[in-house]
Amino acid sequence: MVEFRYRTDEVTEQPSVTLDAFLDQSNATAVRLEPDDDARALIPFLDRLTLIEVAFPKFRDGRGYSAARILREAGYQGELRAQGDVLVDQIAYMRRCGFDSFAPEASLNPDAVARALAHYDHAYQGAADSVVPIWKLRHG
Amino acid sequence: MYKYDNYDQAMVDARVAEFRDQITRRIAGDMTEDQFKPLRLMNGLYLQLHAYMLRVAIPYGTLDSRQMRMLAHIARKYDRDYGHFTTRQNIQYNWIKLEDCADILEELATVEMHAIQTSGNCIRNISSDQYAGAAADEVTDPRPWAELLRQWSTFHPEFSYLPRKFKIAVIASSEDRAAMRLHDIGLELIRQDGELGARVFVGGGMGRTPMIAPEINPFVKADDLLSYLEACLRVYNRYGRRDNIYKARIKILIHEIGADAYRRQVAEEFAHVKTLGIDPPLAELERISAFFAPPAYDAANVEPDRNDPDFALWLDQNVKPHKQAGYAIVNISLKPIGGIPGDATSTQIDVMADLAEKYSFDELRVTHAQNIVLPYVAKRDLYSVWQALREAELADANLDLISDIIACPGLDYCSLANARSIPVAQKIATRFADMDRQRDLGELKLKISGCINACGHHHAGHIGILGVDKKGVENYQLTFGGSGAEDVSIGKIIGPGFDEDGVVDAVEKATEVYKALREGDERFVDTYRRVGLEPFKEAIYG
Repeated sequence: MVEFRYRTDEVTEQPSVTLDAFLDQSNATAVRLEPDDDARALIPFLDRLTLIEVAFPKFRDGRGYSAARILREAGYQGELRAQGDVLVDQIAYMRRCGFDSFAPEASLNPDAVARALAHYDHAYQGAADSVVPIWKLRHG
Repeated sequence: MYKYDNYDQAMVDARVAEFRDQITRRIAGDMTEDQFKPLRLMNGLYLQLHAYMLRVAIPYGTLDSRQMRMLAHIARKYDRDYGHFTTRQNIQYNWIKLEDCADILEELATVEMHAIQTSGNCIRNISSDQYAGAAADEVTDPRPWAELLRQWSTFHPEFSYLPRKFKIAVIASSEDRAAMRLHDIGLELIRQDGELGARVFVGGGMGRTPMIAPEINPFVKADDLLSYLEACLRVYNRYGRRDNIYKARIKILIHEIGADAYRRQVAEEFAHVKTLGIDPPLAELERISAFFAPPAYDAANVEPDRNDPDFALWLDQNVKPHKQAGYAIVNISLKPIGGIPGDATSTQIDVMADLAEKYSFDELRVTHAQNIVLPYVAKRDLYSVWQALREAELADANLDLISDIIACPGLDYCSLANARSIPVAQKIATRFADMDRQRDLGELKLKISGCINACGHHHAGHIGILGVDKKGVENYQLTFGGSGAEDVSIGKIIGPGFDEDGVVDAVEKATEVYKALREGDERFVDTYRRVGLEPFKEAIYG
């Protein structure tokens, strides 16, 4: 269930299909990536996707962070959802990598999530969000 | 030295608040230990055999007297009055209480220090050459580059849940004092057609499968470096093995797919990443470099008086040439005979801070060999420095000799260890306590690990000792011929292991073989490489 969503458009109702199923038939508009899947396989189809769900079976498995950035760097504008073992202290990094909705398996305390997202005013490095890296602030 | 601006300070302050919040949620039961573990690890907090251990970052091993005094203060106030300097140029405290941690981090933040990413499966503290800025052979000071990397890697959103830990070293000399090619990424700064850039080595490491990093790129320009590293890390994050913790380091990925395939994948990723505009302009490297400008050297070149024979021995062993005439690099040994390698009391830490402030333009360095360096000492002050060190029991003249042992904390502290390291180090140092004998043996790098994870760098020892558990009994394997320097090599196991006293005897026999067979000014490792294992084996097992 989507617990946190940082977009204003309508939630996609269509259930997401696996990457293999999508590449086979492909009129779906929602797809789900497992950690093993190559996010770049979706790049030719990004225009017609409204939801990409990235699975985090274990929070320690960080492949989904790269998948998210690859999709955003390729211009994907639709909903990018982190689903699975998503915890309070990973959400800020996930936001920076381009995720804008979260479906944690175990419900999270919204206050703790809000605090976790508010700890840092700046970031040292550019990523998939709109945060201006500190080096750029220094040099204008 | 680098000084924080408001942005840097805000980052460490925010980290303190964040970690305080995390500890509160953990204590309240909102997080399981399994969920808390990677968070506390990314703040350098381990749960060891007897207590929590806190590892504090000393970026590229550089610190000033104010920071050094803070380390002494923390030892005094929150620990048992000492700290342990590590092979990663950091310091760790062995007896920390969880409830004190946020306060310790808050105190550290007041002197621009932190424990960020000193553990965990993320990019760790950047290490470098302890003689940076003072070495005659460097093409540039590597520390501004290391600082640039520190900032880039701090709270990196994509690379904080890597398959395994990730260590980066930066050097700028052909002499490698930082074991650069035994890192996940080793950077050697070089000048090509007048332009500075980095030779990039990827996939080195020790642990249970030691590997020397192959060169992946002969020259990456300064303003491409972060994009290039980002590409290196992304390939690893996506394709590094996650099915087996022992095969998760990048060295295994590169070993399995081959350096050529890895190089090609990185090149493709780099071509893409470079378009994203994530590289700071050269002006940022210049801004950082300004903090590392040479100190205001005195023109006088006064050679020290060598009349005191003990002082002269220390000069010859622990003091190294400086790029500035009239100055010297002082190495302070944390390896007293019979002591614990790398340990220093709060009083000793304060003494070293005072000496740095008075005699070394307020700077100190921590070395990967677990010693301390005063990088800018005027030669005319050397005698005063030596006297003060001797007073504090810090004047052992054994740099790079057999008693200058690297040892991990071993089974005395560490929850991963199979055997104790410290008592073996103490016994070997005591066996060779006679300084004439040590000097006669010359440079002999002896390194001890208490388990296969190799934190004591035994693979890189001219003589390496690995403690293993053999049916409930501590057993020690010997390896010969390793090196972490520019002649980098991995030591080879010489044969069956020994008990604690047996390994000390075997080391002694090896030194006797060396003395009998050495030619000219060969070091132990040179003789071993020339004559091979057989004569040593015969003496030890025959």
